[in-house]
Amino acid sequence: MSTVSALGKQRTSVRPARILLHVFLAGAALAWLAPLLWAIYAALRPYSETSEKGYVSWPDTLTFENFTNAFTQSDMTHYFVNTLIVSVPAVLLTLFLSSMVAFYVSRFDFRINLALLLVFTAGNLLPQQVIITPLYRLYLLIDLPGITMSGKLYDSALGLILIHVAFQSGFCAFVLSNYMRSLPHELTEAALVDGASVWRMYWQIVLPLCRPAMAALATLLSIWIYNDFFWALVLISTGENMPITSALNNLSGQFFTDNNLVAAGALLTAIPTLIVYFLLQRQFVGGLTLGANKG
Amino acid sequence: MTNADTTIEKSGNPEAAAVPPPGSAHVPAKKVPQGHKRLLTARDRFALGLMAGLPTILHIALVWVTALASILLAFTTWDGIGFDAIQWVGLENFKELFTNNPQFWPAVEHNVVWFVVLILIPTPLGLFLAVQLDKKIRFSRVYQTAFFLPVVLSMAVIGFVWQLVYNPDTGLINSLIGANEPGKYIDWIGDPDLNLWAVLIAASWRHTGYMMILYLAGLKGVDPSLREASALDGANEWQTFKNVIFPTLRPTNTVVLVVTIIEALRAFDLVFVFNGGAEGTELLSILVTSNIIGESSRIGYGSAIAVVLLAISLVVIIPYLISTFRKERQA
Repeated sequence: MSTVSALGKQRTSVRPARILLHVFLAGAALAWLAPLLWAIYAALRPYSETSEKGYVSWPDTLTFENFTNAFTQSDMTHYFVNTLIVSVPAVLLTLFLSSMVAFYVSRFDFRINLALLLVFTAGNLLPQQVIITPLYRLYLLIDLPGITMSGKLYDSALGLILIHVAFQSGFCAFVLSNYMRSLPHELTEAALVDGASVWRMYWQIVLPLCRPAMAALATLLSIWIYNDFFWALVLISTGENMPITSALNNLSGQFFTDNNLVAAGALLTAIPTLIVYFLLQRQFVGGLTLGANKG
Repeated sequence: MTNADTTIEKSGNPEAAAVPPPGSAHVPAKKVPQGHKRLLTARDRFALGLMAGLPTILHIALVWVTALASILLAFTTWDGIGFDAIQWVGLENFKELFTNNPQFWPAVEHNVVWFVVLILIPTPLGLFLAVQLDKKIRFSRVYQTAFFLPVVLSMAVIGFVWQLVYNPDTGLINSLIGANEPGKYIDWIGDPDLNLWAVLIAASWRHTGYMMILYLAGLKGVDPSLREASALDGANEWQTFKNVIFPTLRPTNTVVLVVTIIEALRAFDLVFVFNGGAEGTELLSILVTSNIIGESSRIGYGSAIAVVLLAISLVVIIPYLISTFRKERQA
């Protein structure tokens, strides 16, 4: 089994090894997907059938009924909307705020730059539980009558948006500042000499050039924020206000005996991230490796 | 990861200095002007201050002030009702935690086990898969997607999916091995000797794909001529990997190590969904959280656990950031 080689004569000897490798990878990939395929299989079978014949059995009927039931019985649309209300503003705000910080630290040489970037980057690496107790108390203290449904920052979409933005902007500021540094600085220098304001430099020159990095981060952030379980679990108390991932935890309690329905519900929540991933695979993977310091 | 070819704007850039600065009248000429900073008008400075200031205030207020508050609260007792109820107790919380909490040392141990397992099993496995997929074979994208798919799912969903595998009477494993009848049950989720390993298999399932992607990116950066030279010297595949490829992956290895430690410290969702962190699967993160969403509201005590978590995290984060930023400065 030799690796890619410039020597043409080796290609013939590579063949059997290649086939072996394909057999191995195909087998491993299938085994890797087994838990997911098992969940899909369970979700496709009626509860009555599996309770009678057991889950490991040939199917008499395969139906999407569990999916439609999970969707309607648990009012999933409502929770999807909750997630949307949190994640769309959170992603946009994170990108906007962190790109401004990145612009500041990467295009100018203020003394504070390194410290600022360190604060952001280190903050993002902390485990969330380190800050949750005071944050929870703080959210309970902040009164926002009329602005949020709960009248507080606690138990509100706004509260979730703020902590997502604060936490994730550390990662994005780090990645974007690296990216901005790689842009030729003559660009902004010339603009500055021409009398352009810093805002114009940021908005019209630097930001448009950061589009690839922004796209990668947007993909990554959407998936992370969509998948968030912890912040919503602690900072949201009303079941109604929960985003989809943490709502699922409550839902599973409601139909805990019916594994098929739980499987269908869990798979339904995963669909949006899977769509984003399959459509924007390159951006997602690019984003992960762009700032691999992320925990 | 830092960009190797990042350029830091040097102070006293000759190009900028050669141009007569139109805005220089506004700037006091006391210090030697650095770079193009002296071109900034007062309005620009104000705008810049806002641009960096607002995000910084938000980040510091919600992340660092709360982290600091955790440290302060760790030395107090508080039931969360009214600020006058906060009482300074010194090291009492820590003393109780270290000597009198039956869940604390198991939790520390499980966090360590979590790290050791992730670094010993999914990490080499991810590296192995990455090396295989880096061979420019057909369907590489299909295989990659299969291994990577779990990373896209939320930990909560992964928890539900694996419950279907582990469930004592209806789960895949027990059904296959015939342990799904009363009397024969293997309780993967409830047995304190088994549940940590069961949940770690699910965690490893996800972690492998993550590691694979990081290593694939690292391998893409390996100079192809190194491989050719090694092949010409007659090295076999393993020798080439061990002596040529692996040493060049050092930056990736550092990132992998840091990512894995932080994942081990952050572990929460999967266990919470799996069995709520019951006996056998205690984790520091679970202990902190149960002080908030559980019945007891012992804020000082919960904060003391958070401080332990913070201390361990900083031991990893600080050296990593120092080395990362030092490299960046030199670039």
